[in-house]
Amino acid sequence: MNGPFDFTVGLADDALIAAQRLAEWTTRAPEMEEDIALANIALDQLGAARLLLSYAGELEGAGRDEDALAYLRDNREFRNALLVELPNGDFAVTMAKLFFLAAYQLPLYTALAGCADERLAAIGAKARKESAYHLDHGALWVKRLGDGTEESHRRMQAAVDHVWPYTHELFAADPAAPVDPATLRPAFDEVVGPVLAEATLIRPDSGWAPAGGRAGVHTEHLAFLLAEMQVLHRAHPGANW
Amino acid sequence: MSARSAAQRSPAVANEDGSVNPRDAAASVVDPEIRVITIDELGILRAVEEDPASGRVTVTITPTYTGCPAMDVIRADIRRALATAGHPDAEVQTVYSPPWSTDWISEGGLAKLAAAGIAPPAPVPAAGVVSLTLAVRCPQCGSPETEQVSRFGSTACKALWRCRSCSEPFDHLKAL
Repeated sequence: MNGPFDFTVGLADDALIAAQRLAEWTTRAPEMEEDIALANIALDQLGAARLLLSYAGELEGAGRDEDALAYLRDNREFRNALLVELPNGDFAVTMAKLFFLAAYQLPLYTALAGCADERLAAIGAKARKESAYHLDHGALWVKRLGDGTEESHRRMQAAVDHVWPYTHELFAADPAAPVDPATLRPAFDEVVGPVLAEATLIRPDSGWAPAGGRAGVHTEHLAFLLAEMQVLHRAHPGANW
Repeated sequence: MSARSAAQRSPAVANEDGSVNPRDAAASVVDPEIRVITIDELGILRAVEEDPASGRVTVTITPTYTGCPAMDVIRADIRRALATAGHPDAEVQTVYSPPWSTDWISEGGLAKLAAAGIAPPAPVPAAGVVSLTLAVRCPQCGSPETEQVSRFGSTACKALWRCRSCSEPFDHLKAL
């Protein structure tokens, strides 16, 4: 990657696309409390995305604000990891994505809080507190479903198997970045291992590691997500609440 | 309720020219989502500065949560309160560092939350790890026999709890 702009946009897009996916559950979650929980987590992700995109726009210096970056880029310009753009699938897949993302974002934001870039440090210090709740929520469901009924166990294991390959991209080395993602892998493994064990789930063997999101090469799913997310702003340029 | 309502109002005293100290005016703004508590008591009002030459007031606030949707309303309410207090030239800045903590809620603010049926947060444990297992007392009957229904509630900063003694559901402001 090239410099703090790309790095910041990558983190921003992770949060933005995760927020959009989580918001798809609104009014459809399995129970009222969960509906509210997922909407709240989506709101946290959106909050972090807005701060990061605004800062990225300043770093770029081309006059693009958070809205221009969120609504007027095409899918090849997005830098999110593939994991967050995967369809929600069933509830277990959503929880696997939430859990793995939070297990990455928490050490990421914690490390950012101590980095030399003051703006990123402030955003990290703020966002890590919220990530701690996301991680706790995801871990709770992974354990509850994994160590639940035969059917919930089967679905949670299938979800973990499905999502796991996409976790590797989160930790692709970027030594020049304010925080090298490769350094976050041990913290991720330390959190994920015990939760999967307690959930009676098997950690998949590391093999296939799809990647490309950080370079703008996405799955076919992202373009559909963006079409829905961007349609209003593109149809009515400058639209505001 | 009347005594409490009166106490919530601004303690601001008008100056001779009818204007009110900008700090008092900004501090009197209530949180739009938890209307029993002011932004000052909530700890999100960070600074109020008045330029003596121009009279321009700069207010600095910080959000509770990054995605808090009440921020735009709070900014507008601050500007309105300052204009009413005789300070039409006002700017509201938002800062994110240091990050807001529930430890910044004042003693009076905690008491008001409890009186409104919102269980106040426990002190934030040191060293970054957020402990989620502390007992929460029911704000209605005071019983410690409570359980969490959902860690996310009606706003980003609240969790939904239920009392096993009096069966009442209640909001709990999460330690952050």
